[in-house]
Amino acid sequence: MRHILSILMENEAGALSRVAGLFSARGYNIESLTVAPTEDPSMSRMTLVTRGTDEVVEQITKQLNKLIDVVKLIDLAESAHIEREIMLVKVHAQGSYREEVKRLAEIFRGSIIDVTASSFIIEVTGAQDKLDAFLNALEEQSVFEVVRSGATGISRGEKGLHL
Amino acid sequence: MELSGAEILVQSLKDEGVEYIFGYPGGSVLHIYDALFKQEEVKHVLVRHEQGATHSADGYARATGKPGVVLVTSGPGATNAVTGIATAYMDSIPMVVISGQTPTPMIGSDAFQEVDTVGITRPCVKHNFLVKDVRDIAETLKKAFYIATTGRPGPVLVDIPKDVTDPAVLVSYEYPSKVSLRSYNPSVKGHKGQIKKALQVMLAARRPILYTGGGVILGEASEELVSLTKKLGFPITNTLMGLGSYPATDRQFIGMLGMHGTYEANKAMHECDTLIAIGSRFDDRVTGKLSEFCPDATIIHVDIDPASISKNVKVDIPIVGEVKGVLKEMLKLLDNGEFTPNPELTVKWWERIEKWRSYNCLEYDRKSTLIKPQYVVEQLYEVTKGEAYVTSDVGQHQMYAAQYYKFNKPRRWINSGGLGTMGFGLPAAIGVKLAHPDADVACVTGEGSIQMCIQELSTALQYKTPVKIINLNNGYLGMVRQWQEFTYESRYSHSYMDTIPEFMKLAESYGHVGMRIDKKEDVRGALEEAFALKDRTVFLDFITDPTENVYPMIEAGKGHHEMRLAPGMITDEDLA
Ligand SMILES: Cc1cc2nc3c(=O)[nH]c(=O)nc-3n(C[C@H](O)[C@H](O)[C@H](O)COP(=O)(O)OP(=O)(O)OC[C@H]3O[C@@H](n4cnc5c(N)ncnc54)[C@H](O)[C@@H]3O)c2cc1C
Ligand SMILES: Cc1ncc(C[n+]2csc(CCOP(=O)(O)OP(=O)(O)O)c2C)c(N)n1
Ligand SMILES: [Mg+2]
Repeated sequence: MRHILSILMENEAGALSRVAGLFSARGYNIESLTVAPTEDPSMSRMTLVTRGTDEVVEQITKQLNKLIDVVKLIDLAESAHIEREIMLVKVHAQGSYREEVKRLAEIFRGSIIDVTASSFIIEVTGAQDKLDAFLNALEEQSVFEVVRSGATGISRGEKGLHL
Repeated sequence: MELSGAEILVQSLKDEGVEYIFGYPGGSVLHIYDALFKQEEVKHVLVRHEQGATHSADGYARATGKPGVVLVTSGPGATNAVTGIATAYMDSIPMVVISGQTPTPMIGSDAFQEVDTVGITRPCVKHNFLVKDVRDIAETLKKAFYIATTGRPGPVLVDIPKDVTDPAVLVSYEYPSKVSLRSYNPSVKGHKGQIKKALQVMLAARRPILYTGGGVILGEASEELVSLTKKLGFPITNTLMGLGSYPATDRQFIGMLGMHGTYEANKAMHECDTLIAIGSRFDDRVTGKLSEFCPDATIIHVDIDPASISKNVKVDIPIVGEVKGVLKEMLKLLDNGEFTPNPELTVKWWERIEKWRSYNCLEYDRKSTLIKPQYVVEQLYEVTKGEAYVTSDVGQHQMYAAQYYKFNKPRRWINSGGLGTMGFGLPAAIGVKLAHPDADVACVTGEGSIQMCIQELSTALQYKTPVKIINLNNGYLGMVRQWQEFTYESRYSHSYMDTIPEFMKLAESYGHVGMRIDKKEDVRGALEEAFALKDRTVFLDFITDPTENVYPMIEAGKGHHEMRLAPGMITDEDLA
């Protein structure tokens, strides 16, 4: 099962490596990881996507909670939430394919943010599966650079992750 | 009060009530050493190797419950300390390690004796800090001691760059009286509802067993454990780390469990219907094959660390909480009559256990003309009247000590269980002796292990810590040899040392008393003589049977009911 762990932690040097080190030391997998400061500059928030059985993810969250730098965490996948990832794709686009790429970008609500005679850079935002779908829609040979931010997320409604 | 960083550090240790600091100087900690020189309250013990410093501090901590404190220099000083830090980490021992570091402006430049100490130690500490500002030293130390000693204890490292302790930079000092961390809340009380639920299940059990571990000792809950066990009337087994938390000579105690546990303890584990785990962590040396572990049992687990619960074995009734409080709550419910044990229920169970016990699984060949290691430990027990603090190294001798020395009090049995660190025993004994100068302290070791920290014999002389070293010299890396005998058709690949020192002379050259004992009839006398030499460290080199094995044994991948027993031992399984 895919889990999206949202982690509030001290904004301290070393906090990130404690989390990353925990995953490698215990053989857990990290599918993606994003981290940045929050509205409170003393804290940063990490979104970490991992896969594992319920038992494994239970251990992961317990071990994360044990880290002194971790203030609080939730598994977004357990309740209603919004997930977003940003992707930048550079594609070869010449001749009639230029029009097709534009159309596809529109369908996926992407925007073309750089144009040359032979290429576009398209920015697309959404959940993981939407970005995957966009990539699939493009001609495989035309895609020559893909940059994805990894997922970030937030739970819906009043409840959420704060002190 | 205006002080330098070095002075602040030393003053903080005083304010923390630190009695001993185990250390070794070097460039990056010279300011600190100068500050130590100018005072007498914090006593510094100069070890001979930084690994020794960590083990001595560890032994001190295990014997007292107070945190052990270590001071090492940057680079090799810090890397030498890593084994001892990991040893403390695996057994949840409170320790604060202060390491010097390259001056802040030079960090990251591959400066002289620079290593990323915080990075290297990160996976084997409870937490660590790099102090970058002299104004942060006092508070960081307060946090370090707080984290090391609360919740599930563990080692905390504080890395201090040399410029931060500069004697020319003075700042105001005040040691914080308390500290709180928003991300760390260590005091957990067991959930009352869960405690009641557990008691209900326990009192309905027909084949219950208490399986208790190091957490009872760490949580100072022996007294409560004894009262509870007595009230319940259940059999109790201890892990290697839990020995002494329940008196080994009591009838309800059925010995250690696990790989080298007793027949009765492991059989009872296998057949129990209710397993009450208290401050024990279902280590693989204890559980054996997981799919065969306690097949019929409802499992209750009391532990302060939620991550210990359901890590290896799925638990039915978890109680996350500090053991002392949880046991007190259970006792209260029994005392106020809300719950009443019914001894009738376990009569049959006890009959069964007594039968297993009657096979006497720890019996060994007493007629042999060679010195049997078990015999030496039995004699040690008698000569010290069961009152000694016993440290050990790692190997067969460690298991013999655990099996044949009957520990009746907590904190008397001091060994490296989780990491299994050879070299632990002697420096640990020095730490114990400093903590309890009037007690008998013995280090049960092997000729392999003792050589890993033998240099600490020199420390023992300088600081007058007269410990007795019981070297069970079988000429082999015995535990390795045993595995090779059982699983590699006796191919003894590199488990024999062709050359070992003459320990008697070695001990003498370090300024101690050396004895070599190669006759069975001399064992008792030598021990008596050694322990009568109250103010001398004595190295007793016992030449023991090189072929002896540790029994019972659950080999890797086997269940509790599949023990390998001492040759010649008959059980009802054989008879059936
Ligand atoms: C050669 C060799 C052979 C070994 N053979 C055996 C063997 O046959 N049998 C055996 O048992 N071991 C054996 N061991 C040791 C084994 O590796 C483990 O170290 C040991 O079993 C762990 O003991 P424990 O479960 O008591 O846990 P510990 O490591 O002592 O952990 C303590 C537990 O208690 C919890 N705790 C701490 N403080 C508190 C508190 N205040 N309140 C509540 N909970 C708390 C902790 O969170 C932790 O879960 C062997 C080791 C070696 C080196
Ligand atoms: C530092 C370290 N290296 C290797 C081991 C693996 N090991 C476990 S027991 C053992 C043999 C110990 O020999 P000795 O001290 O003579 O004890 P004996 O088993 O003979 O009683 C070894 C090598 C270890 N536990 N620690
Ligand atoms: Mg040996």
